[in-house]
This record gives sequence, structure tokens and C-alpha cells, in this order.
Amino acid sequence: MTLRRLGLLSAALALGVALFLFWGLRAPQGFILSLRSTKLAALLLVGGSVGAATVMFQTVTTNRLLTPGIVGFDSLFVLLQTTLVLTLGGAGYAGLPPIPKFLIETACLTGAAMLLFGWVLRRDADDMTKLVLTGVIFGVLMRGLAGFMQRILDPSEFAIVQQASFATFAGVDPLMLAIALPVFLAALALSLWLAPALDVAALGRTAALSLGVDHGRLALATLGLISVLVAVATALAGPMTFLGLLAASLGAAAIRRHEHRLLIPAAALTGALILVAGQFVFERLLGLQSTLAVIVEFFGGLLFLALVLKRRTG
Amino acid sequence: MIQIENLTLQRDGQPILTGVETTIPATGLTALIGPNGAGKSTLLHGLAGLLPPAAGRVLVNGIDIASARPAERALRVALLTQNPLLVPRLSVRDLIGFGRWPHHRGRPRQEDRDHVDEALRVFDLSALEHRSLDSLSGGQRQRAYVAMAHAQATPWMLLDEPLSALDPRYARDIMERLHRLSRPGEGARGVVIVLHDLGMAARYADWVVTLRDGRLVRSGPRPEVMTTEALSALFETGLAVDECRGRPVVLPV
Repeated sequence: MTLRRLGLLSAALALGVALFLFWGLRAPQGFILSLRSTKLAALLLVGGSVGAATVMFQTVTTNRLLTPGIVGFDSLFVLLQTTLVLTLGGAGYAGLPPIPKFLIETACLTGAAMLLFGWVLRRDADDMTKLVLTGVIFGVLMRGLAGFMQRILDPSEFAIVQQASFATFAGVDPLMLAIALPVFLAALALSLWLAPALDVAALGRTAALSLGVDHGRLALATLGLISVLVAVATALAGPMTFLGLLAASLGAAAIRRHEHRLLIPAAALTGALILVAGQFVFERLLGLQSTLAVIVEFFGGLLFLALVLKRRTG
Repeated sequence: MIQIENLTLQRDGQPILTGVETTIPATGLTALIGPNGAGKSTLLHGLAGLLPPAAGRVLVNGIDIASARPAERALRVALLTQNPLLVPRLSVRDLIGFGRWPHHRGRPRQEDRDHVDEALRVFDLSALEHRSLDSLSGGQRQRAYVAMAHAQATPWMLLDEPLSALDPRYARDIMERLHRLSRPGEGARGVVIVLHDLGMAARYADWVVTLRDGRLVRSGPRPEVMTTEALSALFETGLAVDECRGRPVVLPV
């Protein structure tokens, strides 16, 4: 039954992929298909990464309302973009070679996250509440710093930063995807390898410890994988805070199971499906060039509120 | 047996328990009782090796439990905490199956499934095995968590207030089952249980440890420790230990 549900999710994604690629395809077909394929690969990779990372983040923090974005990934990305525009100027920023920029951003995001996680967890064993709160505070700090820097930008440079602050899938370099794909697949494989231990960790730290799980080590390994997955996705497309919440919640609701070997793929498939279907509706059906991220954030925010209200009344 | 040697436990740098020294027998049911804030739950975490001692040590069947690796610890002691987390969509069978994790580390075998079946039978949960935990009553759910600790098949089961929020029927049902498990004989477990219900402690405990303000007050066989004078002094209120139909009862007076 569960595998059938996972199969249905995969079939829905396959349908979305087919529609995205072939709907309204005109000559020159080869050229258009190659453009669409690049964008599609970015959508799949970002949706899959953020979905899988969010399930694991919710498990190690034992909180179904959180997304990794809350611990400052998004703020650090915006701060990086703002710093680059401020120091290099608008023209200099636009002229940055995309591959080194992508690699440096990925390394910065992963490195900063691992520093934060390692620092907090070394000081307080595996106090997840402190980790999340510290991440939130750092996020606010970085957002404040970015906001301050944005005030001294001229309007055209400010517009560049604004554009970079929302996720976009236009202009993703195929070479970036070639670098990101093996990283994503390796992180996903490791996540599935950790899945049985994550099932136990979902019972809470004390229960996991009393069942013989080295919770501190598991949490650090999981947070490392989360950092890599989210860093790759953010550096590739930009920040999408609530996409993970949507993917994890809808994926779990679709398969109705608790095992991470099912939850992780379900969330990854759902994340990819949301982006592919959303982009298809935006671009092909509505003919809009508006940023999909804005809509995803809007519905993700609504889902967040719904989950909070459900908890209160439940 | 569990030997507690001059044990001091701290949380956030603050001493919660100081200089506890006693022995808990290997079989039978041991009740930890005392007023709120006495350090009962902290002691239980110390016995499970989850709270490293600031001083002293705990030997569980001769092994220093705090220095044992997590995997080794989990084969000796099963701990059930107060208000365990409720995982959405988790079935009773799957929850009990987690008790086997220390034995299979993610690759369950037939032997593990047999232990789960036995726990389902012992705690009368077979009819509910495929039900989701969030669809169960508080009593049924608590029974499932105790069954998980049972499935862990450790020589010791440590339970922190498993009767909280249970009506008398469910509370008594759980105590009866734990009492049976702790009888000497093949497969007998040492059961250590934090209890606020003194009536249940009087009825089922073989050994009683009393704590107050982070210190051990008394430790010994139930009839010696649970006396009118000792309990009244421990809780600073009038309590009487009497008999009803040949069973000890504790009454407020």
C-alpha cells in the first residue's frame, strides 16, 4: 500500500516532468528542450534536496513545524549576495563567473552551518532547542546586517540584491547541475542509510539514547547532510524557506507512514513535484514570468499557520 | 543487582542528588518514592547511565553503566521516561519493535519479531497491534510504551511514573503485569519504578527507596520502609499505613 502511494507520487512527478518538457513545444525543438531540461533538472534537484533535508531536520529537532531555513541558511545567502554587490558593484556582481560563485556559495553555506552546529553541539551535547534558537539569532543578525548594507546600495544595485533574494531557476548553468547532482545523490544515499536510526531518533533524545542510539553523533551526521543538501539547493536557485515545510508535510500525509526510508523519498518527490507543477502552471498555462518562490512561500506560510492552529486545537 | 556508590548527579551544574549510597536487588519490584523535586527521575536517569555522575558511580550487574557505550548500555537497561514523544502514524507493533533496536540495529530478524509478539501478548495488545498510537486511549498507549521497554529484553526495566494520568483500572493492570515480570525465576526482570501513588507502591513493591531534597532517606524491604512514621515524616503530612483484606494500604489521616 505504502509503496503504491510512493509509486503514485512518482507517477505524478513523471507526468509533471512530461508536461513541463513537452507542453507547447515548438521549433527549434532541440534547443527549447535543452533549455527546459536544464531548468527541469534544477527544479528536481532543489525540490528533492529541500524536501529530504526538511524531513531529517524535523526529526533531529523533534519538531514538525521547522525547516532548515529557520537556522539562517536563507539569511546567510542574502548577506553573501549583498556583500558581493556592495563590494563588486552591480556590474562586477553580474560579471561573476557562475561556477566559482556557485562553489564558493555552497562551501560558505555548508561551512557556516557546520561551524554553527558543531559549536553548539560541542558545548551542549545535543541540545536541539539551543541549536535552533542560536540559528534563529544568527539569522536575525545576518538579516539585520544585510538590511544595513542594502541601505547604502544605490537603487539599481538594491534591485539586483532583491532579485537574488528570491529563488529563481532561470539561468542555471548545466555545469552547476553536473556538480550538484552527484553531491545530491550521495547525500540522499547517506540519508537513506541513516534512515533506521532516524526512526528511533524521532522518539526523542532520551528514548533514542536509552535504545542505544548515539544521539549526539547521529544528530551531527544528520545536520551535516542537511547542511550539504540545503547549501546546494540555495546556492543553485536561492532561498525558499517554506518549500521544505510543504514538501515534508504533504509527503508524509501522502504516504501515511513514519519510516524515514519512505518519508525521505516521499518528501523529496513532493518537493520536486511542487516546483515542477508550479513552474509548469506559471510558465506554460498562465504565461507568467512571476517568481514561483513567492507563491511557494505564500502557501508554505499558510500551511505553517494551519499546522500551528491544528496543534493548538488538537 | 544495582549498586549505587556515593552518587552525586547534577543538571546544568546544579546538584540534584548528593551522596546516594544503596543497593537495589536484582529481581523484584523496587519503588522510588518521595515528594516532588526529591530527585527520583534524576536518579532513574543516573541508573540508566544517561546522566554521568558528578561523583560516585552506578554498577549495574557489576558494570559501570555511565562509562558503557550506548549500544552496550541499551542491552542492560531499558528506560521509559515520563511523557514520551508521540510519533505521528506510528503503530503499536512498530513502537514495540523499537525496543528491539539495541539487538538488531536496524535489521530485524525472526527472533526480534518473536520478542515483539511476546510483548504484545504479555501486555494484551495483540488486538491493537496495527492501530496508530495517536488513536489509542492514554492507558492503552502507556501499556504500549511499557511493552516496548519489555521487548528490549534487558535485565532491568526503569520506568518513570508510568501510571501518571491513568485511571485505577489501567494503573492496576500495568502494575500487575510489571509485578509478574519481576518475580524471581527464568527471565525475571529487575523493575525500578518511580511512583507517586503510595497505594500502588504499598501493594506491589518488594523494595522501596525513599528520597527527599536530593538525598537518600531510606532503602530497604517495603514493610520496613513504608511505615506510618516514615511516610508521614517523608511527605510532611499525616499518612497511615494500614491493612485492608490482608493487603497494605496508605491513607491520608
